[in-house]
This record gives sequence, structure tokens and C-alpha cells, in this order.
Amino acid sequence: MRKLLFESVFRQPLTERAPLPDDAAVAELATALGQAARRRLGRSLSIREVDAGSCNGCELEIHALNNAYYDVERFGLRFVASPRHADVLMVTGPVTKNMREALERTYHATPNPKWVVAVGDCARNGGCFAGSYAVVGGVSEVIPVDLHIPGCPPAPTAMLQGLLALLERTDADAVTS
Amino acid sequence: MPSLIDLTLEGRKVGQHRPWPRVVVDASVWIFAASELAHGRWSLLGLWGEPAAVHMAIMDGQTAEIAVVSLDCPDRTFPSVGKHHPPALRLERTINDLFGLSAEGSPDARPWLDHDRWGVRFPLGDRIDALPKAAPYGFLAAEGDGLHQIAVGPVHAGIIEPGHFRFTASGETVVRLEQRLGYVHKGIDGLMTGASLARGVQLAGRTSGDSTVAYAYAFSRAAEAALGLVVPDRAVFLRALLAELERLANHLGDIGAICNDASFALMHAHCGVLRESVLRAAGAAFGHRLMRDIIVPGGVSRDIGAGGAETIQATLDNIRLRFPALVELYDNTASLQDRTVDTGMLKPPLARQYAAGGYVGRASGRSFDARRTLAYPPYDALRFDVPVLSEGDVNARVWIRIREVEQSISLIEQILSRLPEGLTRKEVPLGGEVREGMAIVEGFRGDVLVWLRLRNGLIERCHMRDPSWFQWPLLEAVIENNIVADFPLCNKSFNCSYSGHDL
Repeated sequence: MRKLLFESVFRQPLTERAPLPDDAAVAELATALGQAARRRLGRSLSIREVDAGSCNGCELEIHALNNAYYDVERFGLRFVASPRHADVLMVTGPVTKNMREALERTYHATPNPKWVVAVGDCARNGGCFAGSYAVVGGVSEVIPVDLHIPGCPPAPTAMLQGLLALLERTDADAVTS
Repeated sequence: MPSLIDLTLEGRKVGQHRPWPRVVVDASVWIFAASELAHGRWSLLGLWGEPAAVHMAIMDGQTAEIAVVSLDCPDRTFPSVGKHHPPALRLERTINDLFGLSAEGSPDARPWLDHDRWGVRFPLGDRIDALPKAAPYGFLAAEGDGLHQIAVGPVHAGIIEPGHFRFTASGETVVRLEQRLGYVHKGIDGLMTGASLARGVQLAGRTSGDSTVAYAYAFSRAAEAALGLVVPDRAVFLRALLAELERLANHLGDIGAICNDASFALMHAHCGVLRESVLRAAGAAFGHRLMRDIIVPGGVSRDIGAGGAETIQATLDNIRLRFPALVELYDNTASLQDRTVDTGMLKPPLARQYAAGGYVGRASGRSFDARRTLAYPPYDALRFDVPVLSEGDVNARVWIRIREVEQSISLIEQILSRLPEGLTRKEVPLGGEVREGMAIVEGFRGDVLVWLRLRNGLIERCHMRDPSWFQWPLLEAVIENNIVADFPLCNKSFNCSYSGHDL
């Protein structure tokens, strides 16, 4: 272990430069957040991830956000264990009928102000599962959504772009309010 | 002792079912098959329904013979297999939920995937309106002095899929764990009905995200078996390349994640870097990090990109350089071994009874690996070992993964060095009126089974069976007498799929 730790002192860090926030995401958020004044979040967001019916593909890429290449914590983004600790719900999947109530209850357990980020094509409109007897559809059919990050699944960089747009927007709101 | 061949002679053989036979039998042969399963002479590979029939895929472990037996259910019941052979219980409950065919004599008639939220009962059979009020789910009882319950989920504390776990504990010791799944049921079997092969393979690839290659692979092979289609050699090798990259990425991620659940984050960090390197190489070579939508009936939808082979080789070289130090770290860290050795023991007889696939079975003495046992191409022409241990604890499941990482690296190198030139895809014929096919492919988690019936080129019925069906119940068994805090370790060492199971 000492050898591995020692090596890490000399090796170049793997963490890569952050991508620029996604323009489309910034525009979507400007509409979603509107003129409402937002509490200053100190450029940090706590995220509660909720799988509302995904195939687990989006979860795999959300996990990747924590690896040394993307290292989301350096931006003040952090995944938390409870909705009660969260500013943001990151929701994946076409919402299944069996998960609908759990998603609603998680949303209501999250304190205001809160944002909902729908991750992946299924979360937008049900994706290829739309129309099934067991599926409600996109996340916005159940709870209000502030930002969509498209992809099947979106690559970690795309998710990072979306989340940085969210950070930037909440920060700007805090300054103008 | 009758062999499977003898059994199939008892029934009426169905034409156009490939590559294994399917026979329609009467109830007495069905019950006989169930009792042979119960006596451990055969293994249950799958049990699924149709609006008026049930099917059971069986394997003779000695000879690797496989057959499907079918029973017509004109009065909407069939003799319970689960009554004799518990691994069939959840499958029977699902058949009842989806088709309304009840397993006569079953000791467990509770619903499984149906949570009374669909607005309809028996969605794939004779639909009727749902019950006006959802009935509470009857969890099994655990009684005794000082027992308490811990209810977890469906929304968990980590970034994982939803499911519910009901622990009953005496102090720190778990005396019973009961799972309740079905939260991510998307009705994939229903969506498959009437779909084209192109839509079918898209759905198959989205059944379990971490096994997107394995599912598309099994689905495509089942469709090709039905249609009698032979895939070009280059596609055969590319498919195995994709499957091994998927296995490699998942094993690397899991080895780190298991250690992380023992609070050993250093392994998690390093394994996460190696996993990311595999996903990036896959993205560079095939245009998608998880390699989604690449395997399709007839071949592969895209060839390996320019420089792809070199990128993959460089990634393998790096893993060869870095991985041994991590294995050594795992093996030499007493605090980590203290958590994994002797934890979550799965005894070999239980693994055999449930025909547990993948690392779960192979860490408990069951040597089945579809790549070796069924030897589908190109694996019949490649050199590799199937590691088997019999300790059955978390540590053994980690070691199987470690050995499989090494085997996958070797397999990928063999494939890259022998990749044939030529076409990557063949035109898919529409086929005759009715064709049936089945395929079993070794995913990273175990054997994925796909059975389908095509009518005039469209899917009339498709059933996909995730390895998790036979692994989830074993997780309930192994946690007994372990402490609550070791559940994450046991759970992660199994890493069962929710979405693949719930379908």
C-alpha cells in the first residue's frame, strides 16, 4: 500500500480539465429557474440520485463521475445518501408505475429550494419503454424537472456539463437576488 | 436414470425450434421433470409463460444436453414446479402476474412483479382491471425474543437500483432477509410482442445496462438460431471482443466497489481508473462507452474503428502493468481480508440446486460457464481457463473476478490477433411463418437466456432470463448469521441485476 501511495505522489494527476457548461442546458435552466430568487448555495450542490426505473446504464455513468478523471467533488458537487440532505435530485429511467410513489415521496422529502435533473433519454419521455403498461413515462410526468441531460446513457462529460450549468445558474441567481 | 433425450421422446416435438429441441408434454411428464430437478439430476435454466402455455428450459449437468418442455394450460393452471424445486418459485409467481396462469400446489402464491400499480392484472394474458385497492404485501414472519426489523429501500442510500430489503435481526446478527423486487418492471416482454427484430434488439440491449452487450448478443443469437442464419466470421470475433470488454470493465469496477464497501477506498479509486480506461477504449473503438446497439441480428452494426485495436491493446498493457499491484494489495491487507474471508458463505449444494451462474456459482464449486460448457463460436477456438473455487465466501467471489480479469485480457489479445477480415453483417431473412430459437450467452454476471418465437419476421413472444433470477434468492440465504454491516459486502459480491430481473 505504501508503494501505491508513494507512487501517487509522483504520478501526474489523472483528473482532467472541466468541460464548459453546456449552452443548451444553461438556456433550459434560465427558463426553468425563471426570476425566482434563490438562496446562495456557496457554489456547492448536494445531489441525491434516484433510479426511478432505469436499466442501470445511467447509474454506471453517474458512478464514473466520482472516478479520478472526472472527480466531481472538486466542483462542490457531491452525492448524498438522503433526500433530506440534497439540493438536487438526479433522476434516471422511464418512471415505472411501481416506482412512482417512491419518487414522489423522495421529492417531497427534499427541502426547498430544490432542483430536479432528469438524466438520460428515458427520463425525458420514457425512451424506448414509452407506451408500456408498466411505465408512467418521463420524469416530468411525476415531478417538475429543471434540466434534462440527454443520452443513452449520457457520457460523464455530458453530465458534468449539465451540472456545471446548474451550478453556474444557481450562483448567478444568488448574485442577482 | 432417463436422460433428457428420453424425456423429449415422451412428448410431441415442435418443428423449427433451434438449436435445442422443444417438446410439448402432458402434466405427468411435466411433474416428472420437476421431480428430476428436485433430485438434482437436471438444472433449471428458465421457466416462462405464454397466454395459454408454460415452458421450462432444462439442462442435464452431466452431458450439457438442453431441452425445452412445454405444457398447454387450457384451464389456466399448471402443476407447480416450485413445490418440488424452490428455484422455480419466483418464476411461477411472475407467470401468474403477467399471464394469469396459476401454479397449482405452489407454496407461495403471493404476487412478485405486480405491485397493484399497473391499473391492470395479467397484462400479457386475459387482462382484467386491477384490484380497487392495493393489497399490502405479506412479508414472511420471523418471530422470537428481541428480534427487530430493518426495512431498506426501494430508494437506497447509494447510486444503485431500487429494490426493497426486509431484514430481521437479533442484535447485529441477521436472522432473515426477505427481498421484494419488481420496482423497475418496465414490461419489456410486453413491448417485445409484435416488435420487429430491430426494435427487439434495442429493447434487449436496454434490459440491464451493465450487460447491454450480453443481452444484445443472446437476443441476436436466438433470432439467428430461429432463422438458421450464419453470421460472418469477423462479426463472430467482434462480438466476443465486445463481450470480453464488457466483462473486464464490470469486474474491474466490482472488485473496487466490494473493497469500498469494506471502507477500503484506495482499491476503489484505482479500480475505478482501470474501469474508466476500458470504457474509453470501447468508446474509441466502437463509438459508445458501454458498447450499446452494436450487436444486432445478422452481425454487428459497426466495425472496430481506425486505431481501435491499438487503443484496446494499450489499455490492456496498462492493466497488466497496474493490476498485479492491486491484487497484491487486496491479498495482503489484513483489515480487508478480515471483512471478506468467511463472509456471506454460499455452500456448494445450494449453488448447484439453484444452478447459480457466473462468479456466484463458480466461487461455490459450480463450474458452468456457457462459453466453455456450450462452447459457442468463437470461444470454441480460443484458449481460456474457467476459474472455480469452492469456499463460497465474498473473498472467493472477488478471486473469481480477479482470475476472470486475467482471462478476459488474454481472450481479447487472442481475438485481436486473429480477427478475420471480411463482412461484419449479413442481411436478415424474413424467415418462414413460424420459427423459434433459443440462446444462452455468458454475460459478466452469468448466463443470459433468450427464447423467442418469430412469425413472419416479427416477434410473437420473447422471453429473456437474467442470471440474477437464480442468484437473488441465494443472497437471502448467505446473509443469514452475518452481521447487518456485512450486507453491503455480500450484496456487492453478488451484484445482482434489478432491471434485468424485473424486466
